Amino acid sequence: MWFFTSPEIVFGEDALGYLEQLEGSQALIVTDPTLHQLGFTDRIAKHLEAAGITATAFPEVEPEPSLQTVRRGVELMNELKPDWIIGLGGGSAMDAAKAMWALYERPDLEPEEISPLFPLGLKKVKMVAIPTTAGTGSEVTWMVVLTDTEAKRKIGVGNRELTPTVAIVDPEMSRNLPPRITADTGLDVLTHAIEGYTANFHSDFTDSLCLKAAELVFQYLPRAVANGAQDMEAREKMANAATIAGLGFGNSYVALAHAMGHSFGGYFKIPHGRAVALFLPYTIEFTANGGASRYSDIARYLGFTDSTSEPEAARVLVERIRALEQEVGQPLSIAELGISRTDFDKAFSIVCDHAETDNGILATARMPEREELEKLFQCAYDGDPVDF
Amino acid sequence: MGIKFPSQEWADAMKEEIKKSDAYASAAKNWEGDFYFVVEGTNPPDMIYMDLWHGDCREATYTTDPNYKSPEFKISATEDKWQKVLTGKLDPIQGLMTRQLKLDGNLIKIMKNVKAAQELVRCATKVDTDFGE
Repeated sequence: MWFFTSPEIVFGEDALGYLEQLEGSQALIVTDPTLHQLGFTDRIAKHLEAAGITATAFPEVEPEPSLQTVRRGVELMNELKPDWIIGLGGGSAMDAAKAMWALYERPDLEPEEISPLFPLGLKKVKMVAIPTTAGTGSEVTWMVVLTDTEAKRKIGVGNRELTPTVAIVDPEMSRNLPPRITADTGLDVLTHAIEGYTANFHSDFTDSLCLKAAELVFQYLPRAVANGAQDMEAREKMANAATIAGLGFGNSYVALAHAMGHSFGGYFKIPHGRAVALFLPYTIEFTANGGASRYSDIARYLGFTDSTSEPEAARVLVERIRALEQEVGQPLSIAELGISRTDFDKAFSIVCDHAETDNGILATARMPEREELEKLFQCAYDGDPVDF
Repeated sequence: MGIKFPSQEWADAMKEEIKKSDAYASAAKNWEGDFYFVVEGTNPPDMIYMDLWHGDCREATYTTDPNYKSPEFKISATEDKWQKVLTGKLDPIQGLMTRQLKLDGNLIKIMKNVKAAQELVRCATKVDTDFGE
């Protein structure tokens, strides 16, 4: 027994207009200060007003949303008593909105107690997720990543009831995304697609989604990075890819690159997509070396090889991923990220500890021993091939 | 003929497998916590109590007395679900997430020790078990 969960997905040009069809009276828009200043909140509010819904903004979500921010948002929800919560932004804003939703309706819970094991019984509020990057897939998943700022680590929680009610995927929202963020978030999509396909919890329902998302990334990410707002076809395809990959990995799981990326990125404050994508080629090599992998399906679907040999397909896939990463300016090693050897060595033990116990590791096809995990981080620091 | 599950003989055999497993010892080197594995369907239910401590199994006891111990974790399921877990057909984490296995205790602590859980199941699959079919 397993599940496939999805919101209603409204996508394409003018999808934002769907907000005018919502029914309700009060909405809270959860977003970050930059998007608020750029006028995104006002655009959403105008559509909601056309539906007779009064919108209030909570533009306080920081890049790695903290538990404290979530609690402030819940206080505002207690005052407003909204019937809609709108998560507007990247993964941080949407995840913060999900956590606020849960804790508003379940004040008896601590954030870490939001788990898939028990029904939350959410009834009062519905959620709209509106991504403004093409990466996280949070608009269609039930997972929530928060940051414990004191412990410098990310906390992954979730419950299927936190799947947004509606996801609005309008390419217009990512029109002016800067190239660096386009690359980081686009490579996050690729990591979701590949790990979603190879994670132990994959299923017939998720496989085709992951393959399609990977295909769209290889085809359209370089164009989206290079051409930005001048190439709205690439923007739309990448927006779709992010949501499709979200449906894929959100209903299977992620794997080792996410565990390493969460741990490393949480410590060194590296953007999520850049961190997980950095580790992806190394974890593919490691997983393929263990013999249990599904990379030949991916490499053949993408037309990279005809080989059914897993080691050969993994080698080709890694080669093509690295070529794509180079094309969009992604660092290929921790050293290239600008982290000094001294800083890396100082953090090494903690980063390995956090990766070893990160939720992302639980469905990985090849679970590393502690020594192997340490060697993987060392390979990723120097950019060395993984031969174990 | 295998060893009947659940029973004291099965608990003893499981304890033996855990003690023989270097992989479990390594994966669970930081684990501290005891369990009731509850087999639903009878009143009182059959239970296996296991005290797992830093890669070792300090005690494995079959009991029907709910007050035998007050373990940190209680995982309950019907016998057919336990059979699927103990033969490697149902991933215990997927079993918990789909609520086929019911957990009383801190999920996060278990999720942070997934490799230990996997090795524990691997030990269980090595016990020649008679599920009474």
